[in-house]
Amino acid sequence: MERPAWAPRSIDISVPSVSRIYDYYLGGSHNFEVDREAARKAMDFMPGLPKIMQANRAFMRRAVRFALDEGITQFLDIGSGIPTFGNVHEVAQAGRPGARVVYVDHDPVAVAHSQAVLAGNDDADVVAADLRKPQEILSSSEVERLIDLNRPVALLLVAILHFVEDEDEPYEAVAQLRDALAPGSMLVLTHASYEGIPLPEERAKGTVDVYKDIRNPLIMRSREQIARFFEGYDMVEPGLVPMPSWRSDTTPDDEDPWAFSGFAGVGRTA
Amino acid sequence: MSAGPDGPEDRLRRFATIWSRAVFPVTSTSSTRPEFEEQLLPLARRLSEALRARAFDADEGRAVGAALIASHCTDPEALSRSLDCVDAYLVLYCGDGGDQEDLRARSGRLQHAMAAGFAQALRERTLAEQEAISAAALKAQGVVAQALHDTEARFRAVFEGAAIGIGIADLTGNILQVNGALLRMFGVSEQAIRSRNVKEWTHPEDAPQTWKLYDELVRGEREHYHVEKAFYRPDGTVLWTNLTVSLLRDADGEPQYQLALMEDTTERRLLNLRLRYEATHDALTGLPNRTFFFERLEKALGAGEGQRFGLCYLDLDGFKTVNDSLGHAAGDRLLVEVADRLQSCATAPGEMVARLGGDEFVALTTGPDTEREVDELATRIMNVLVAPISVDGRELTVRGSIGIVEGPAGERSPAEVLRSADITMYRAKSAGGNRFELADEEADARAITRHGLTTALPTALDRGEFFIEYQPLVHLGDSSVRGAEALVRWLHPQHGVLGPDRFIPLAEHTGLIVPLGRWVLEQSVRQARAWRERHDDAGPFRINVNLSPCQLTHPGLVQDTVDILERAGMAPDALCLEVTESALIGADDALLKPLRRLADMGVDIALDDFGTGYSNLANLRRLPVSILKLDRSFTQSMQRFPADPVDLKIVEGIVSLAHSLNLAVTVEGVETGAQAEQLRILGCDTAQGWYYARPGPPERLHELALVDATG
Repeated sequence: MERPAWAPRSIDISVPSVSRIYDYYLGGSHNFEVDREAARKAMDFMPGLPKIMQANRAFMRRAVRFALDEGITQFLDIGSGIPTFGNVHEVAQAGRPGARVVYVDHDPVAVAHSQAVLAGNDDADVVAADLRKPQEILSSSEVERLIDLNRPVALLLVAILHFVEDEDEPYEAVAQLRDALAPGSMLVLTHASYEGIPLPEERAKGTVDVYKDIRNPLIMRSREQIARFFEGYDMVEPGLVPMPSWRSDTTPDDEDPWAFSGFAGVGRTA
Repeated sequence: MSAGPDGPEDRLRRFATIWSRAVFPVTSTSSTRPEFEEQLLPLARRLSEALRARAFDADEGRAVGAALIASHCTDPEALSRSLDCVDAYLVLYCGDGGDQEDLRARSGRLQHAMAAGFAQALRERTLAEQEAISAAALKAQGVVAQALHDTEARFRAVFEGAAIGIGIADLTGNILQVNGALLRMFGVSEQAIRSRNVKEWTHPEDAPQTWKLYDELVRGEREHYHVEKAFYRPDGTVLWTNLTVSLLRDADGEPQYQLALMEDTTERRLLNLRLRYEATHDALTGLPNRTFFFERLEKALGAGEGQRFGLCYLDLDGFKTVNDSLGHAAGDRLLVEVADRLQSCATAPGEMVARLGGDEFVALTTGPDTEREVDELATRIMNVLVAPISVDGRELTVRGSIGIVEGPAGERSPAEVLRSADITMYRAKSAGGNRFELADEEADARAITRHGLTTALPTALDRGEFFIEYQPLVHLGDSSVRGAEALVRWLHPQHGVLGPDRFIPLAEHTGLIVPLGRWVLEQSVRQARAWRERHDDAGPFRINVNLSPCQLTHPGLVQDTVDILERAGMAPDALCLEVTESALIGADDALLKPLRRLADMGVDIALDDFGTGYSNLANLRRLPVSILKLDRSFTQSMQRFPADPVDLKIVEGIVSLAHSLNLAVTVEGVETGAQAEQLRILGCDTAQGWYYARPGPPERLHELALVDATG
């Protein structure tokens, strides 16, 4: 019998969680031994994983600042995970006090932690929901309270779409969100890919297997497949590029070779 | 301090740059390297100042170490690289010309303090984060537990409130949980059912696959199955259910429990059984009906090698008379009694009696030995019908005709078997009834079902399948041919030539008799004209045509007849219409009026088959008839020699009566010369029969007439 949609999955901290693994990559301690064990295994194959995560964070920071510069003050960050440091609301509200941020994650622990971190912040909140069900996100009371869907929103899908399998129709979900947001909204996206990883694909596949083992399959997509998520958006310069190449003010020499794994891009609707 | 190119400020900046370049690769910060350098610059300044301060302050070193953690340099490698950097460059860039020995010692102590501060801050941050994540996990668990509790409460409400019975058992069949509906269905307490194992719940009516499906399910080879299943209740009554059993698997997909959903169908089943009974049994007699019988026959015919069947098809003789004379209620009572008696004949396993409808019954016997059994069955049936049946105080004698079909299973269809039995029964009936006949394939092939003929009749007329034969009518006085009776025949494409007895009743039933009768009249009159044209010297010549009761009441009779005669240019007296005595019994004036008009015009009317009904002789005066045709039964007795004197007296009396009423007398069935002579002596006027000629084509009559004319 399939679990009904309204019956939540139970919390089992003996099962690794991608958001806590992510925290571990970033040097955090918001994780348990099972998470660290999985992370170490993944790093056996790709020692540069922390650098990839760091590049993700750096890109996100630049993208949020870019969005602020373009006049966007509402942020919807889906797959936000465990808030560590340099979170969207910190970057956004530092640049523009009063900027509104709604985080979305389907990991109840990540949500609970976000609630603790955001306590007292009236302009930011978190929703327990799933990217695969965009309508639940859009109709949540938090989105209703903080986001004015008649004005442009920056939608952040940073390091999440590569956890959504094709059979769960990620393109459909992204399109639904696009259609729900006002013209002038932005899509900020990063996605894992074999392209750009300084390793042979067979080796990198070891990491993919680790994620498969913890039942959170990592879907590597080609640049072309990733570009399709931007359907209906005009790409912001410089387009879909490796993360460090996106509007970075540092020289490539400062960047770790691992940071060039995968792709990042920002699109805007007309 | 100077900000000059190589001033202390610049040297401090260079130290910070070197430091940031060393540590940046091992940080997790999302800042850029230059931004990171900006974060390190105040730390470098504090170190620089602490290096040169008058008194050593370990707190400054610890603060810098802690600040690294705050800048997300949590990787121990960041500390290691920081210390390397301080060790190698702090004195060099920030020593400001002090005593090298002292500065190096101070730098060393600062590094120790930095390490301690770093470790302390990392420990605190780690503990704080661990506590935060644990708290989050706990909180999430609480949220989920609450949601689960809500979910479970909802599930429990569904489980308990469901109208269908729900039960969960483990894979060895031990019942773990059941809901109230299930308990009510079984009429037991929860305790009583919890100690049970589902495998105990066998029932004699379990379908063969029921437990095979069960085994497949608990072995994990099947996700669910659906069966109709009966259970015994503790009080011995039977519970019928629609049962759906599903396999429940755990998160890893391993079979874990079995879930049974059952719907009480006992009532519905009873209703179905009753409906089924009503659909398969005859309401009047309670015997199985045609539907049921066909099912059984089909089963019997589909049985395996070595199996045979025997079928008795019974039709009561003369039942219509009972219905007509005593009324339908009496007829029904008779049928009920017959049904009861028949039922007593077929009590062995594999035997059954059914009522097909009306007064038609069938008895079926099955098994390997039906060749003998079916004869015995038919004999038993004939025997039970022997005793008269008492209906409304009357003792009615019932007789039946039985057609028997017997044979091996697997050769014929039920319809073929029944058709054969039907034909055979008619054979028994036409052989006089009150007997049984065995089906004979040759006879079958020749025989024709009434049904087949009825449906073929309308097209037969269009296709010209009918033809007419003529039998001469001979004047007994001078043996001259005075006319002929037209007798219609049907040349059936499959069955060959059929006599009127085979199809005229069917044509009357369907109404086709009117066009068919008109056609016969037309043909006959045209033929009569042809004869007259050839033999206008041969004296008056008359054609006799039979009128059926149906035609008699048809409003167009007079006009049609007049038209036909006129078109052929024939006088009315060239035509004689034969009407049976029974058709005119009790005839009122309205019925007689067209006949009277025809008679007034000059058409002769003959009363056919005279002497078979119970006609009121006095009534004869009233009828517009001019000829009596004596039934062949009178002449039959005269074939013997010497003839029965009583018959002779009767015929003599009839002839005398007829003549006194001015009626001519024609006799049928004359087969010998002695007969002819006798009838002539008795005063009959005209005769027909094989002695003179059998019915034949018009040419034959032509020849006869010639012989007669020349002889």
